[in-house]
Amino acid sequence: MSRIKDLQKNLFGGTTSNARQFGMIFTLVAIVLLFQIWTDGLTLTSGNLIAVVSQYSYILILAIGMLMVIVAGHIDLSVGSVAAFTGIVVAKAMQEFSLPWPVGILLGLAVGALIGAWQGFWVAYVGVPAFIVTLAGMLLFRGGNQYIGNADTVPVSEGFRTIGAGFLPEVGPNTGYNNLTLLLGLAACAGVIWRELKARQTRREMNADVAPMWISVLRMAVMVGVIVFATLRFAGGRVGTSLPISGIILIVLVLAYSHYTRNTIGGRHIYAVGGNSRAAELSGVKLRRVNFLVMMNMSVLAALAGMIFVARSSASGPQDGLSWELDAIAAVFIGGAAVSGGLGTISGSIVGGLVMALLNNGLQLEGVGSDLVQIIKGLVLLLAVAFDVYNKSQGRFSIIGSLMRPFRRDDPPPPTDRPSPSSDADKAPVAG
Amino acid sequence: MTSAPVLLEMRSITKTFPGVTALADVNLEVRRGEIHAICGENGAGKSTLMKVLSGVHPHGTYTGDIVYQGERVRFSDIRASENAGIVIIHQELALVPGMSITENIFLGNEPRKRGGIDWKAAQRRALELMEQVGLDEDPDTLIKDIGVGKQQLVEIAKAFAKDVKLLILDEPTAALNEADSRHLLDLLRGIRDRGVTSIIISHKLNEIEAIADTITILRDGRTIESLDVKADGVNEDRIVRGMVGRELHSRFPEHTPRIGEVFFEVRDWTVRHPISADRLVCKGSSFNVRRGEIVGFAGLMGAGRTELAMSLFGRSYGVYLSGRIFKDGEEVQLRTVSDAIEHGLAYVSEDRKAIGLNLLDDIKTSMVAAKLSKVARHGVIDPVREYRYAEEYRQSLRVKTPSVDEGVTKLSGGNQQKVVLAKWMFTDPDLLILDEPTRGIDVGAKYEIYGIIQRLADQGKGVIVISSELPELIGLCDRVYTVFEGSVTGEVPRAEADPELLMKQMTSTKKTQVR
Repeated sequence: MSRIKDLQKNLFGGTTSNARQFGMIFTLVAIVLLFQIWTDGLTLTSGNLIAVVSQYSYILILAIGMLMVIVAGHIDLSVGSVAAFTGIVVAKAMQEFSLPWPVGILLGLAVGALIGAWQGFWVAYVGVPAFIVTLAGMLLFRGGNQYIGNADTVPVSEGFRTIGAGFLPEVGPNTGYNNLTLLLGLAACAGVIWRELKARQTRREMNADVAPMWISVLRMAVMVGVIVFATLRFAGGRVGTSLPISGIILIVLVLAYSHYTRNTIGGRHIYAVGGNSRAAELSGVKLRRVNFLVMMNMSVLAALAGMIFVARSSASGPQDGLSWELDAIAAVFIGGAAVSGGLGTISGSIVGGLVMALLNNGLQLEGVGSDLVQIIKGLVLLLAVAFDVYNKSQGRFSIIGSLMRPFRRDDPPPPTDRPSPSSDADKAPVAG
Repeated sequence: MTSAPVLLEMRSITKTFPGVTALADVNLEVRRGEIHAICGENGAGKSTLMKVLSGVHPHGTYTGDIVYQGERVRFSDIRASENAGIVIIHQELALVPGMSITENIFLGNEPRKRGGIDWKAAQRRALELMEQVGLDEDPDTLIKDIGVGKQQLVEIAKAFAKDVKLLILDEPTAALNEADSRHLLDLLRGIRDRGVTSIIISHKLNEIEAIADTITILRDGRTIESLDVKADGVNEDRIVRGMVGRELHSRFPEHTPRIGEVFFEVRDWTVRHPISADRLVCKGSSFNVRRGEIVGFAGLMGAGRTELAMSLFGRSYGVYLSGRIFKDGEEVQLRTVSDAIEHGLAYVSEDRKAIGLNLLDDIKTSMVAAKLSKVARHGVIDPVREYRYAEEYRQSLRVKTPSVDEGVTKLSGGNQQKVVLAKWMFTDPDLLILDEPTRGIDVGAKYEIYGIIQRLADQGKGVIVISSELPELIGLCDRVYTVFEGSVTGEVPRAEADPELLMKQMTSTKKTQVR
């Protein structure tokens, strides 16, 4: 019994609100297994996994920015249009002025930053709700795309296509796998182990309970297992393929933004603004600056996602980025962010994004029509958020807890270990 | 007047909330056609009593009897009491800003005709009612386009539309300027002469003295006395004595202040209301604080103490008009909250849940939130340092929690307040402004908070305590300023501070006497 309790308490790392994250990972695994069986093993083949990453990395990149926007208490409906607008500007500029493709990418990021500054200005400094600003942006930049591109498609150069359709080169001895992908996998394993050990060290320095060693080992083993499996799949595809470049860009972004939101002052200010903006302001947080940067950052990421999409489809068109905002917003909410702001994690949003991507992919593999795909995605979003709402109305709710309940005796309440050098005042009941 | 029959009698009303007895055995007798004032300090139970009367706290949630027009009544909700002719007008007016005067007067009470609203009849009736209350406006004017004084009149007209017999006004003049107040008081006299009974709750004792026929005084949820204004020769001093006449027992830790030089000074601080441009919330306020000194700010609700504090703290409230701040002999500009924190100011707000804390945070995150740079290197937060600081404060302030990883919502009010204090102590301030630091927390925790405040002063910091509880200010502070309608009206050293003197200074200025 105690081992199960240890597991329950520690498997997902921290102390707070892991039921939700566990629920998400559980759902993700269930979806993968379901489709794996349903498609007779097609889902987890190298070819399909590589396709999923290069096809849906844009949802995940958008989800990163959207998470921060939603945590700060806003929303961004314009991401699809911004992506399309950036795509056409970059494609057109490279075609007309024959810009080299790296300059094209920089131009795209600059366009994103400009659009973001425009939207951030209205949200942060004028005080127009982000819903309205970005609804306007959605129309504005969709129209802008069609105006600049004459509602036509504009092809992009070979070099530019690497960011969307490129793979790591084949180097070194012939191992039957893509060697660079193998190296990345190795680095990832080392990273996971290093992080786990560092986390134990930190908790020890904080005099907090450190999870039993066997749990850490188990956790590392599970993660290393997943990484090894993924590495072999991505490295073992058709010769000339590997983990896509867009996937690498995505991983770098996820790591950087996770670090930023979890560990830095700037990241914490975003949560503070979303949790209680007035309290944040009275604690010295520069409310306007935070709101401005969050909106601006979203547009830069949307621009990047747009360019990756254009690179993958090798041309920019008027239909690019249609209803991307919905995918990104759904990913964030499925990943456990609160509608009212202040709560949510990058990792959760990535899991939410993967759920959306795998649903799309699996249903497509099965030849389910886009009508049904939309219905199913809608229901998944609704149920995920309903679960969250229910969760809150019930206080903290643990899936494992509820699974275990039938087997559990009534536990005595945990001893309240408080050092009590008691005075009279200390003994007074504390109400309120 | 005393011979008039009794309209309303509330007999031994007792109302408890979980853990608190708000009303204990309260009696109230109101005669037909009089103006009956209810007086008491903040928290004495005035509003609760009126909520019991108007059915906000329905029958069954309190004990005792209400006898109205000779019959025992049991109101299940506000509608039931309104049907009986009892209408309450709250301090925050219940008008819809985007609707016209006519629409507001008949909101929820629309004259009907064949399934629709009879706007013609409504218009006609509205004009009659407006004339009765002396409101000279086009009935189609939108509420948001008329001043708050006229809005108050619309509320009264609305009450008349419901055929009111007993009108209850909660702080009707709190938001009004002098001319509007005088008009309203005249109107109340006129209403009385037409036979409508009213109950008025007000902190402005001069007004009460001027218009009330009978005064009932509540203190700590009990009826203290009922005074007949004319027969008993009641004046302000007499009312004050009834309101505060409780003994101060030793609810404060022993403390010998070590007071140094003046290090913080504010001169002629003037700030206007954020929305209405002609309303000053601080009018040329000047005061100073010495090192090691605990300075109190006494005043009634709405006197402008919080507004003063927040406008000093990085202009967080209202629109700054004029005034200067000196710290350690030099003038400082505090334009933003970060400026204020940088210059060693800290402001602990009166409403810790709404604006003091992020309720999604855990204890340690909250404690370091106002100065993250102290636990960060190159912008990256060091979780170990964060934890150690939080742990240090948990122990020194005796926050009762198993761990600093717990969410702040799991703490009791007193412990949440300690977390907020820790949050501001963490910024190493020179001057702490504590706004109602013991609101909503129990006696034991209050004692601890007082101890913390005294320790802060002993470290050479200045502490400003804003409180609505006079005994608290007298017991804790070395000096007390009184504030009335945005002005500092007096300065009382500890030795001379007594409730009656303070209450007198915080309910009137020589300039603004109402006849």
